Amino acid sequence: MLRAADQVGTGLAGIDVVGLSKVYPGLHGPFAAIQDVTFAVRDGEFAALIGPSGCGKTTLLHILAGLIDSTAGAVTMPRGHPGRLGTALVFQGTSTLPWMTALGNVAYGLRLMGVPLAERIARARGHLERVGLLAFADAYPHQLSEGMRQRVSIARALATDPAILLMDEPLLRIWQEDRKTVLFVTHSLDEAIRLSDRVLVMSASPGRIKTEVPVPFGRPRDYQVIRRDPAYGALSARLWGELREEVLRAGRP
Amino acid sequence: MRVADRWLAVVSPLGLLVLWEGLSRAGVLDPRFIASPSAIGRTLVALIRTGELPYHVGVSVERIVAGFLLGSIPAVALGLAMGLNRSVRALLMPLVAAIYPIPKIAVYPLIIFYLGIGEASKVSIVALSIFFLVLLNTMAGVLGLDRTYFNIARAYGARPVDLFTTIAWPGALPAIFTGLKLGMGFALIVIVGAELLGSDAGIGFLIWRSYQIFAIDVMFAGLLVTAVLGWLATIALDWLERRALPWRPN
Repeated sequence: MLRAADQVGTGLAGIDVVGLSKVYPGLHGPFAAIQDVTFAVRDGEFAALIGPSGCGKTTLLHILAGLIDSTAGAVTMPRGHPGRLGTALVFQGTSTLPWMTALGNVAYGLRLMGVPLAERIARARGHLERVGLLAFADAYPHQLSEGMRQRVSIARALATDPAILLMDEPLLRIWQEDRKTVLFVTHSLDEAIRLSDRVLVMSASPGRIKTEVPVPFGRPRDYQVIRRDPAYGALSARLWGELREEVLRAGRP
Repeated sequence: MRVADRWLAVVSPLGLLVLWEGLSRAGVLDPRFIASPSAIGRTLVALIRTGELPYHVGVSVERIVAGFLLGSIPAVALGLAMGLNRSVRALLMPLVAAIYPIPKIAVYPLIIFYLGIGEASKVSIVALSIFFLVLLNTMAGVLGLDRTYFNIARAYGARPVDLFTTIAWPGALPAIFTGLKLGMGFALIVIVGAELLGSDAGIGFLIWRSYQIFAIDVMFAGLLVTAVLGWLATIALDWLERRALPWRPN
């Protein structure tokens, strides 16, 4: 019953998850969202998490981000330091706060961390610039496009300089130069292969880690080049196979 | 509003006034019962010159503003707390649901009994009449917020006070303004009503005294001033809302 935020840091900027389960009390008895999930993400590794919808990917990310408690199991993640967050989560879909400007949104995490005003504005402006939105610093989310809002929420996460970045199906094409420990949930196999060092495949509900598939390409990588690599097709086919099995299993009564 | 719409908005009240004046001059409307617009206008000018009207308007406005502050500040605080916290909601909702439907003017004799006939009772009845409207709107505003906003805050380590100040308060502000605008209408009704019932100043008092001396033109002038007051209050709240909510589309 440990919350991610309470755990003792190991000093390593990786994720270590052992036997993690989450059981919700349901109308027809308890419902296990995830069961006995065990995996690790190494320091600096970029890991993708794929699985059939409803398998508990978001539940897993929310436990790691400290938003909900787990029922059993343990999570070890680095703790934050002053001015630096241990873990930052980029939410699924648009997750800007409509009553704050783009700058206010990017500075929001820093504000909650107690970073002084001048410093947080400077840091937020820097990260807005990195996602190409400095000219829109004073715009409100309703004045931005969906894609721009998504970039604002990514900038907000990166502005807190997190040791670990958790991402729930964001658009990723804007950054790849960061060497952070990243765990990201995606529906796109292409995206998973293009960006990650390793793909974790989750089973149908109750979700557990079914298999782990390493991606045999170095980083940074050129998508145009790896797409023509025979290993790309083989990997894609294998992941499709794994997912197909789970989707079929999930569809069975 | 488009320019053409603005002009159209002036046509119906202006047309009514012209018709009214015409019927008065033609002798169709008896001036002993219905004063003509020009007579009302002359009375208004006279009332303003003597300082009588500004005095009564000032008294009423002061009561409304004081009552508004006294009623809405605790209503917003409590509404936010009820929206944020299930236990606070469970504790207070039955009480709110029971008291809310009571017409507040019906409580006025009781308030006079406790607080006397002076300013305290007038300010209190205004505060009481808007309190529940603002409270319920504020609570609904918080409950209607997307849960993601709270999750964003908590994912970045928000404490309960941060949820209050950075999510619930700004997020519920549009609903709070809805409550304030509804409340403004009620405040006018209630303050004029209270001044009719027992007071020695205010617009309601002016209307009541004019009735007692059959000064029909002053009664109409009082009604007109009340309408203008409500209109100005709406404009003021709309202006404040636009200033406070620059993040809302349009």
